[in-house]
Amino acid sequence: MKELALYILDLAQNSIRAEAKNIYIEINIDTSKDMLKVCIEDDGCGMNEELLKKVVDPFVTTRKERKVGLGIPFFKELVEQCGGKFEIFSEEGKGTKIRGTFKLSSIDLIPIGDMSSTIVSLILSDPEIDIVYRFKKDEYEFLFDTKQFRKVLKEVSLNEISVLNWIREYVKENMEV
Amino acid sequence: MKSIEELERIRKETLEKINLRKDRTGIRIAVGMATCGIAAGARPVMMAILDELSKRNVTDVIVTETGCIGMCKLEPIVDVYVPGQEKVTYVKVDEKKARQIVVEHVINGHPIREWTIENYE
Repeated sequence: MKELALYILDLAQNSIRAEAKNIYIEINIDTSKDMLKVCIEDDGCGMNEELLKKVVDPFVTTRKERKVGLGIPFFKELVEQCGGKFEIFSEEGKGTKIRGTFKLSSIDLIPIGDMSSTIVSLILSDPEIDIVYRFKKDEYEFLFDTKQFRKVLKEVSLNEISVLNWIREYVKENMEV
Repeated sequence: MKSIEELERIRKETLEKINLRKDRTGIRIAVGMATCGIAAGARPVMMAILDELSKRNVTDVIVTETGCIGMCKLEPIVDVYVPGQEKVTYVKVDEKKARQIVVEHVINGHPIREWTIENYE
Protein backbone atom coordinates (compact mmCIF):
# COMPACT_ATOMS: atom_id res chain seq x y z
CA MET A 1 0.00 0.00 0.00
CA LYS A 2 1.38 3.35 -1.05
CA GLU A 3 -0.25 5.75 1.41
CA LEU A 4 -0.35 5.98 5.21
CA ALA A 5 -4.03 6.85 4.74
CA LEU A 6 -4.67 3.33 3.36
CA TYR A 7 -3.01 1.69 6.38
CA ILE A 8 -5.10 3.93 8.62
CA LEU A 9 -8.27 2.94 6.74
CA ASP A 10 -7.37 -0.73 7.14
CA LEU A 11 -6.67 -0.45 10.88
CA ALA A 12 -9.79 1.63 11.50
CA GLN A 13 -11.83 -1.04 9.67
CA ASN A 14 -10.67 -3.40 12.44
CA SER A 15 -12.14 -0.92 14.94
CA ILE A 16 -15.48 -1.00 13.07
CA ARG A 17 -15.45 -4.80 13.15
CA ALA A 18 -14.67 -4.63 16.87
CA GLU A 19 -17.97 -2.73 17.21
CA ALA A 20 -16.38 0.53 18.29
CA LYS A 21 -18.64 3.53 18.88
CA ASN A 22 -15.76 6.00 18.73
CA ILE A 23 -12.59 6.00 16.66
CA TYR A 24 -9.75 8.43 17.27
CA ILE A 25 -7.17 8.94 14.52
CA GLU A 26 -4.12 11.12 14.92
CA ILE A 27 -1.30 12.11 12.60
CA ASN A 28 1.31 14.19 14.35
CA ILE A 29 4.34 15.58 12.53
CA ASP A 30 7.12 17.20 14.50
CA THR A 31 9.91 18.29 12.18
CA SER A 32 12.21 19.42 15.00
CA LYS A 33 12.07 15.89 16.46
CA ASP A 34 12.22 14.24 13.00
CA MET A 35 9.03 12.37 13.92
CA LEU A 36 5.73 11.37 12.38
CA LYS A 37 3.30 9.64 14.70
CA VAL A 38 0.19 7.75 13.63
CA CYS A 39 -2.31 6.71 16.27
CA ILE A 40 -5.58 4.79 15.93
CA GLU A 41 -7.63 4.26 19.05
CA ASP A 42 -11.07 2.73 19.52
CA ASP A 43 -13.54 1.74 22.22
CA GLY A 44 -14.38 -1.57 20.58
CA CYS A 45 -14.35 -5.06 22.09
CA GLY A 46 -10.56 -5.13 22.51
CA MET A 47 -8.46 -8.28 22.73
CA ASN A 48 -7.48 -10.60 25.50
CA GLU A 49 -3.80 -10.98 26.38
CA GLU A 50 -3.44 -14.20 24.42
CA LEU A 51 -4.74 -12.71 21.14
CA LEU A 52 -2.83 -9.45 21.71
CA LYS A 53 0.45 -11.39 21.86
CA LYS A 54 -0.31 -13.17 18.59
CA VAL A 55 -1.94 -10.39 16.60
CA VAL A 56 1.28 -9.23 14.87
CA ASP A 57 1.58 -12.73 13.38
CA PRO A 58 0.26 -12.67 9.78
CA PHE A 59 -1.19 -16.16 10.26
CA VAL A 60 -3.50 -15.05 13.02
CA THR A 61 -6.97 -13.66 12.34
CA THR A 62 -10.42 -13.73 13.91
CA ARG A 63 -11.99 -14.15 10.48
CA LYS A 64 -13.46 -17.40 9.29
CA GLU A 65 -13.20 -16.65 5.56
CA ARG A 66 -9.42 -16.86 5.34
CA LYS A 67 -6.49 -17.90 7.48
CA VAL A 68 -4.31 -14.82 7.22
CA GLY A 69 -4.66 -11.43 8.91
CA LEU A 70 -2.33 -8.91 7.35
CA GLY A 71 -3.56 -5.49 8.49
CA ILE A 72 -1.57 -5.14 11.73
CA PRO A 73 1.55 -7.04 10.47
CA PHE A 74 1.66 -4.79 7.36
CA PHE A 75 1.60 -1.65 9.49
CA LYS A 76 4.20 -2.99 11.95
CA GLU A 77 6.47 -3.92 9.05
CA LEU A 78 6.15 -0.44 7.54
CA VAL A 79 6.93 1.31 10.84
CA GLU A 80 9.97 -0.86 11.49
CA GLN A 81 11.22 -0.48 7.93
CA CYS A 82 11.26 3.28 8.54
CA GLY A 83 13.34 2.91 11.70
CA GLY A 84 10.30 3.55 13.86
CA LYS A 85 8.50 2.02 16.79
CA PHE A 86 5.27 0.04 16.66
CA GLU A 87 3.09 -0.25 19.76
CA ILE A 88 -0.23 -1.92 20.42
CA PHE A 89 -2.31 -1.76 23.58
CA SER A 90 -5.59 -3.54 24.09
CA GLU A 91 -7.91 -4.48 26.86
CA GLU A 92 -10.87 -6.79 26.50
CA GLY A 93 -14.11 -4.83 26.69
CA LYS A 94 -12.33 -1.47 26.62
CA GLY A 95 -10.71 -1.05 23.23
CA THR A 96 -7.49 -1.05 21.27
CA LYS A 97 -4.82 1.53 20.59
CA ILE A 98 -2.21 1.22 17.85
CA ARG A 99 0.67 3.63 17.55
CA GLY A 100 3.38 3.91 14.94
CA THR A 101 6.18 6.41 15.50
CA PHE A 102 8.10 6.96 12.28
CA LYS A 103 11.39 8.64 11.58
CA LEU A 104 10.26 11.54 9.37
CA SER A 105 13.48 11.61 7.37
CA SER A 106 13.36 7.88 6.57
CA ILE A 107 13.62 7.29 2.82
CA ASP A 108 11.18 4.39 3.23
CA LEU A 109 8.44 6.59 4.66
CA ILE A 110 5.46 6.72 2.30
CA PRO A 111 3.27 9.84 1.84
CA ILE A 112 0.27 10.46 4.11
CA GLY A 113 -1.94 10.29 1.03
CA ASP A 114 -5.64 10.94 0.74
CA MET A 115 -6.98 11.17 4.30
CA SER A 116 -10.22 12.78 3.07
CA SER A 117 -11.16 9.63 1.11
CA THR A 118 -10.14 7.45 4.07
CA ILE A 119 -12.46 9.36 6.41
CA VAL A 120 -15.35 9.33 3.92
CA SER A 121 -14.86 5.55 3.43
CA LEU A 122 -15.01 5.05 7.20
CA ILE A 123 -18.21 7.07 7.50
CA LEU A 124 -19.76 5.01 4.68
CA SER A 125 -18.68 1.81 6.43
CA ASP A 126 -20.60 2.77 9.56
CA PRO A 127 -22.30 6.18 9.68
CA GLU A 128 -23.21 5.69 13.36
CA ILE A 129 -19.60 5.66 14.56
CA ASP A 130 -18.10 8.92 15.75
CA ILE A 131 -14.72 9.75 14.31
CA VAL A 132 -12.26 12.24 15.69
CA TYR A 133 -9.32 13.00 13.44
CA ARG A 134 -6.50 15.21 14.64
CA PHE A 135 -3.83 16.33 12.19
CA LYS A 136 -0.86 18.15 13.66
CA LYS A 137 2.10 19.51 11.78
CA ASP A 138 4.41 21.50 14.03
CA GLU A 139 2.37 24.61 15.00
CA TYR A 140 -0.58 23.78 12.72
CA GLU A 141 -3.51 21.76 14.03
CA PHE A 142 -6.71 20.57 12.37
CA LEU A 143 -9.38 18.83 14.42
CA PHE A 144 -12.20 16.94 12.75
CA ASP A 145 -15.05 15.63 14.87
CA THR A 146 -18.18 13.97 13.47
CA LYS A 147 -20.04 14.86 16.71
CA GLN A 148 -19.69 18.52 15.79
CA PHE A 149 -21.20 17.84 12.34
CA ARG A 150 -24.07 15.79 13.77
CA LYS A 151 -25.05 18.79 15.90
CA VAL A 152 -25.41 20.91 12.76
CA LEU A 153 -26.95 18.21 10.57
CA LYS A 154 -29.55 17.03 13.12
CA GLU A 155 -31.89 14.59 11.30
CA VAL A 156 -29.68 14.47 8.20
CA SER A 157 -27.36 11.50 8.26
CA LEU A 158 -23.60 11.73 7.77
CA ASN A 159 -23.78 9.26 4.87
CA GLU A 160 -25.91 11.48 2.63
CA ILE A 161 -23.90 11.99 -0.57
CA SER A 162 -24.06 15.81 -0.38
CA VAL A 163 -22.71 15.71 3.19
CA LEU A 164 -19.94 13.26 2.26
CA ASN A 165 -18.87 15.48 -0.64
CA TRP A 166 -18.64 18.42 1.73
CA ILE A 167 -16.67 16.41 4.31
CA ARG A 168 -14.26 15.23 1.64
CA GLU A 169 -13.54 18.78 0.51
CA TYR A 170 -13.38 20.06 4.08
CA VAL A 171 -10.72 17.54 5.12
CA LYS A 172 -8.79 18.00 1.88
CA GLU A 173 -8.65 21.77 2.35
CA ASN A 174 -7.52 21.53 5.94
CA MET A 175 -4.77 19.03 5.16
CA GLU A 176 -3.12 21.33 2.62
CA VAL A 177 -0.47 22.92 4.76
CA MET B 1 -12.54 27.50 2.46
CA LYS B 2 -15.25 25.17 3.66
CA SER B 3 -16.91 26.23 6.89
CA ILE B 4 -19.33 24.70 9.37
CA GLU B 5 -21.84 27.44 8.38
CA GLU B 6 -21.80 25.98 4.90
CA LEU B 7 -22.75 22.61 6.37
CA GLU B 8 -25.96 24.20 7.64
CA ARG B 9 -26.85 25.12 4.04
CA ILE B 10 -26.03 21.55 2.90
CA ARG B 11 -28.36 20.28 5.64
CA LYS B 12 -31.26 22.37 4.37
CA GLU B 13 -30.71 21.37 0.75
CA THR B 14 -30.34 17.69 1.64
CA LEU B 15 -33.46 17.80 3.78
CA GLU B 16 -35.46 19.16 0.85
CA LYS B 17 -34.17 16.34 -1.36
CA ILE B 18 -34.99 13.73 1.30
CA ASN B 19 -38.55 15.08 1.52
CA LEU B 20 -38.87 14.90 -2.25
CA ARG B 21 -37.90 11.22 -2.37
CA LYS B 22 -41.29 9.73 -3.02
CA ASP B 23 -40.40 6.15 -3.66
CA ARG B 24 -37.10 5.00 -2.24
CA THR B 25 -35.32 2.58 -4.55
CA GLY B 26 -33.74 0.70 -1.63
CA ILE B 27 -30.71 -0.07 -3.79
CA ARG B 28 -27.53 -0.78 -1.85
CA ILE B 29 -23.96 -0.93 -3.16
CA ALA B 30 -21.39 -2.65 -0.92
CA VAL B 31 -17.64 -2.46 -1.52
CA GLY B 32 -15.27 -5.06 0.00
CA MET B 33 -13.16 -3.11 2.51
CA ALA B 34 -10.97 -5.66 4.28
CA THR B 35 -7.16 -5.52 3.97
CA CYS B 36 -7.33 -7.41 0.65
CA GLY B 37 -9.92 -5.04 -0.79
CA ILE B 38 -8.13 -1.90 0.38
CA ALA B 39 -4.77 -3.13 -0.98
CA ALA B 40 -6.40 -3.94 -4.33
CA GLY B 41 -7.96 -0.47 -4.69
CA ALA B 42 -11.34 -0.56 -2.94
CA ARG B 43 -11.10 3.02 -1.68
CA PRO B 44 -10.83 4.71 -5.12
CA VAL B 45 -13.62 2.38 -6.31
CA MET B 46 -15.85 3.54 -3.45
CA MET B 47 -15.00 7.19 -4.18
CA ALA B 48 -15.77 6.69 -7.91
CA ILE B 49 -19.19 5.19 -7.05
CA LEU B 50 -19.93 8.13 -4.76
CA ASP B 51 -18.79 10.63 -7.37
CA GLU B 52 -20.84 9.05 -10.16
CA LEU B 53 -24.00 8.95 -8.02
CA SER B 54 -23.41 12.54 -7.02
CA LYS B 55 -22.84 13.69 -10.63
CA ARG B 56 -26.07 12.05 -11.70
CA ASN B 57 -27.96 13.46 -8.77
CA VAL B 58 -28.87 10.04 -7.37
CA THR B 59 -29.43 10.54 -3.66
CA ASP B 60 -31.38 7.49 -2.55
CA VAL B 61 -28.82 4.73 -3.08
CA ILE B 62 -26.93 3.51 -0.03
CA VAL B 63 -23.19 3.00 -0.40
CA THR B 64 -21.60 0.83 2.26
CA GLU B 65 -18.79 -1.64 2.90
CA THR B 66 -18.61 -5.36 3.29
CA GLY B 67 -15.91 -7.60 4.73
CA CYS B 68 -13.77 -10.26 3.09
CA ILE B 69 -15.60 -13.15 1.45
CA GLY B 70 -12.45 -15.24 1.17
CA MET B 71 -11.83 -14.48 -2.49
CA CYS B 72 -9.06 -11.95 -1.96
CA LYS B 73 -7.57 -12.37 -5.44
CA LEU B 74 -10.83 -11.14 -6.98
CA GLU B 75 -10.88 -7.85 -5.06
CA PRO B 76 -12.00 -5.11 -5.38
CA ILE B 77 -15.41 -6.75 -5.11
CA VAL B 78 -18.64 -4.76 -5.39
CA ASP B 79 -22.09 -6.15 -4.52
CA VAL B 80 -25.22 -4.51 -5.91
CA TYR B 81 -28.48 -5.24 -4.06
CA VAL B 82 -31.69 -4.30 -5.84
CA PRO B 83 -34.88 -5.11 -3.88
CA GLY B 84 -36.71 -8.11 -5.32
CA GLN B 85 -33.69 -9.22 -7.32
CA GLU B 86 -30.77 -11.49 -6.62
CA LYS B 87 -27.53 -9.86 -5.43
CA VAL B 88 -25.03 -9.20 -8.22
CA THR B 89 -21.34 -9.54 -7.32
CA TYR B 90 -18.80 -7.75 -9.50
CA VAL B 91 -15.14 -8.74 -9.27
CA LYS B 92 -11.85 -7.01 -10.07
CA VAL B 93 -13.61 -3.67 -10.23
CA ASP B 94 -11.65 -0.52 -10.98
CA GLU B 95 -12.76 3.12 -11.00
CA LYS B 96 -13.87 3.00 -14.63
CA LYS B 97 -15.89 -0.18 -14.17
CA ALA B 98 -17.38 1.20 -10.94
CA ARG B 99 -18.72 4.25 -12.78
CA GLN B 100 -20.20 2.06 -15.49
CA ILE B 101 -21.84 -0.22 -12.92
CA VAL B 102 -23.53 2.84 -11.41
CA VAL B 103 -24.83 4.01 -14.78
CA GLU B 104 -25.78 0.68 -16.39
CA HIS B 105 -26.90 -1.36 -13.41
CA VAL B 106 -27.91 1.02 -10.61
CA ILE B 107 -29.50 3.74 -12.74
CA ASN B 108 -30.59 1.92 -15.94
CA GLY B 109 -31.28 -1.46 -14.33
CA HIS B 110 -29.10 -3.61 -16.58
CA PRO B 111 -26.44 -5.64 -14.74
CA ILE B 112 -23.14 -5.97 -16.63
CA ARG B 113 -22.97 -9.77 -16.67
CA GLU B 114 -19.44 -10.16 -18.05
CA TRP B 115 -17.92 -8.54 -14.94
CA THR B 116 -19.76 -10.68 -12.41
CA ILE B 117 -18.24 -13.43 -10.29
CA GLU B 118 -20.14 -16.13 -12.23
CA ASN B 119 -18.45 -15.09 -15.45
CA TYR B 120 -14.96 -14.68 -14.08
CA GLU B 121 -12.52 -17.09 -15.71
